[in-house]
Amino acid sequence: MNPTVIRLLALIKKELFMVIGDPQSLRLMIAPVVLQLLLFPYAATMEVTNNTIYVLDRDGGPVAQEVIERLAHTPAFARVKRLRGEADARDVIDRQDALLVLQIGPHFSEHAIAGHPEAIQAILDGRRSNSGQIALSYVQTILSGIPVGDSLSARAPPLVVRHWYNENLDYYRFLLPALVAMIATFSGLIVTAMSVAREREQGTLDQLLVSPLTPWMLFVGKSIPAVVVAMIQATIILVASVFFYGVEFRGNVLSLYLCIVPYVLALAGVGLFISTVCATQQQAFLGVFLCLMPCILLSGFVTPVDNMPEALQTLTWANPVRHFIAIAKGIYLKGALLSDFKDNLIALGCIAVVTASLSLALFQRRLS
Amino acid sequence: MRAIRRLAALVKKESLQIVRDPSTLLISLLFPVILMLVFGSGINQDTTQVRLGVVNLDGSPASVRLVDTFAHTPGLHLFVGSSIEDLGDRLRAGRLQGFVVLRSDLGRRVLGRGGAAQPLIEVITDGAEPNGANFVAAYAQGAIGVWAREDAAQRGLAPGSGFSLEVRSWFNPSMRSQNSLLPGSVTIIMMVVGALLTALVVAREWERGTMEALLAAGVSRFELVASKLIPYFVLGLLAFTTCVTMTHLYFAVPLRGSLSTLYLVGATFLFSALGIGLLLSTLLRSQYDAAQAALNAAFLPALMLSGFIFEIRSMPVVIQAVASIIPARYFVTAMQTVFQAGDVWSVIGRSLVGLTAAAVLFLGLTLLKTRRRLE
Repeated sequence: MNPTVIRLLALIKKELFMVIGDPQSLRLMIAPVVLQLLLFPYAATMEVTNNTIYVLDRDGGPVAQEVIERLAHTPAFARVKRLRGEADARDVIDRQDALLVLQIGPHFSEHAIAGHPEAIQAILDGRRSNSGQIALSYVQTILSGIPVGDSLSARAPPLVVRHWYNENLDYYRFLLPALVAMIATFSGLIVTAMSVAREREQGTLDQLLVSPLTPWMLFVGKSIPAVVVAMIQATIILVASVFFYGVEFRGNVLSLYLCIVPYVLALAGVGLFISTVCATQQQAFLGVFLCLMPCILLSGFVTPVDNMPEALQTLTWANPVRHFIAIAKGIYLKGALLSDFKDNLIALGCIAVVTASLSLALFQRRLS
Repeated sequence: MRAIRRLAALVKKESLQIVRDPSTLLISLLFPVILMLVFGSGINQDTTQVRLGVVNLDGSPASVRLVDTFAHTPGLHLFVGSSIEDLGDRLRAGRLQGFVVLRSDLGRRVLGRGGAAQPLIEVITDGAEPNGANFVAAYAQGAIGVWAREDAAQRGLAPGSGFSLEVRSWFNPSMRSQNSLLPGSVTIIMMVVGALLTALVVAREWERGTMEALLAAGVSRFELVASKLIPYFVLGLLAFTTCVTMTHLYFAVPLRGSLSTLYLVGATFLFSALGIGLLLSTLLRSQYDAAQAALNAAFLPALMLSGFIFEIRSMPVVIQAVASIIPARYFVTAMQTVFQAGDVWSVIGRSLVGLTAAAVLFLGLTLLKTRRRLE
């Protein structure tokens, strides 16, 4: 066998051992994956359930009664309670007992029966405006189901809304492929960023440098363990998503695994760059944090990239996590093809090449 | 008196180490600024721009007017497609967030009663992005509503009326999502800063062997933990001040409560965050492992289980129980209340109890796990 290949294999073997060789490190690699897999899909829900809705009914007529009845039969609102006055409304909102207070005006039923229903006033807790708006949309749907006694007015044509790939908009279906991306980011960055700094602190970097390995081989040797770790973690998540959470894998599994390689190489490039800039393990870890948090927050995982200001959206092209979340979600949930992600894959390649050459250049300048 | 002098000496030693090590100052001074900028500009639940496709299989004047209405709706970037397949491909590739299909009978629709058979307008969204799908559907439906009213008026019919809602949002009348998100994000930043500051310190002493020197000098458990806690507490308060200042002055989130309440809650939370970091470094004794554990114990739970994005009340009971031992959960509620509603003691009191319990738990465990003897 080619001596270069043998050297490279030896390096990879040594690096892999560093990452998953001792039980404490191995546990720290697997335990968070399992824990996150058990907690987050259940925690991640955009539905609003189990809330109390308060109604201030100044009307007391039959139509108001019907509205309240229908609200009481919605699973989103566990309890429908009546209020006596406006002062009470202030109180239940302040204390966060109510997400939503509805006020029905004194002539509500009378006007509704005459065919000119007046608006119901809804007060929501601005501290939780997102949940409040979701709850409002539930109320709106309930209200639109109540017939108003008019026959001469025009009706909008029949309309239907369909959510493709995720009929009920279950948040966990979105979360699981995103979790593959998140976990791969963590291990990819940490494994590579800490490795050079650790060798330097422990004095073993000099040994590596006097060995016949070229800097490029060092890059490959340090990146492949990260790829291996990411693949193992991805497999755990994918198996659990399909068999435990029952989320159908619509695309080609092989193409997803194929995409992990450029993704982790991009992360490895970033990680090694951090590693060469920092002198100690501690600094390297802080570097990882400083890079990781913005990358995850600006990846579309927390809120959609489309909501960001235009300039920031452009900036996120340099964020590897953004690309891989799009790819993982697309292949897993939508059955997308590799050709759908040409731009993302090119971007990942660019990130890997630029960061790797930068860190190699820096590394060599430090040596001389 | 002697005890105080000894503790002061230890605190001084720790403070000197902090000043000499630029990375600690980096965490407490630079991290909050950068992260506040990221949260403030990048995290936003208000959808204002929608990439929508439309395919017109009808071609009648009414349907053309509908496409026109879409094109003139602010915030809608319209793409007119030639077929459903074409638009479906674009949706799959993520180039569109949704599309509308106008069926061929739209122009000849039969008005009125008797319930229509086939839907004439289909709104299709990308459900793989659940955050955006609802907004996309609402945007499309809003535009269709505008068109339906104009269309009815042209044909001399009264527009259909139904029950409507008049919405008032207390504390946040413009319903700007950042007013809730930014006080919440202070929580996540402080959690990370607090845990990071202490996660590495004890582990570093073990790795460098200086812990043994300290133990040989006869330092007590309490003195050891206190000397690590005090200087980082001061740094943490500095970071907290940065976050609060940026939230209020730079991102213009109103602050309705008092500063004293804000700092009371902030200080209590800081003890629990520093406690988590100290506990991890005491248990793991390796910087590499402590750092990795801090990442998993501080950042992600604060993001996912604190009520920052996801409503805790909507979670299953077991997950709610897990969330109740996460200090960030109490801090998110307290921060949102102090910023937007003011000093509502019924809410803040509950949060303070939770935060104090968390601080006692994590610091107590650290004390218990700090072994004085060398193995």
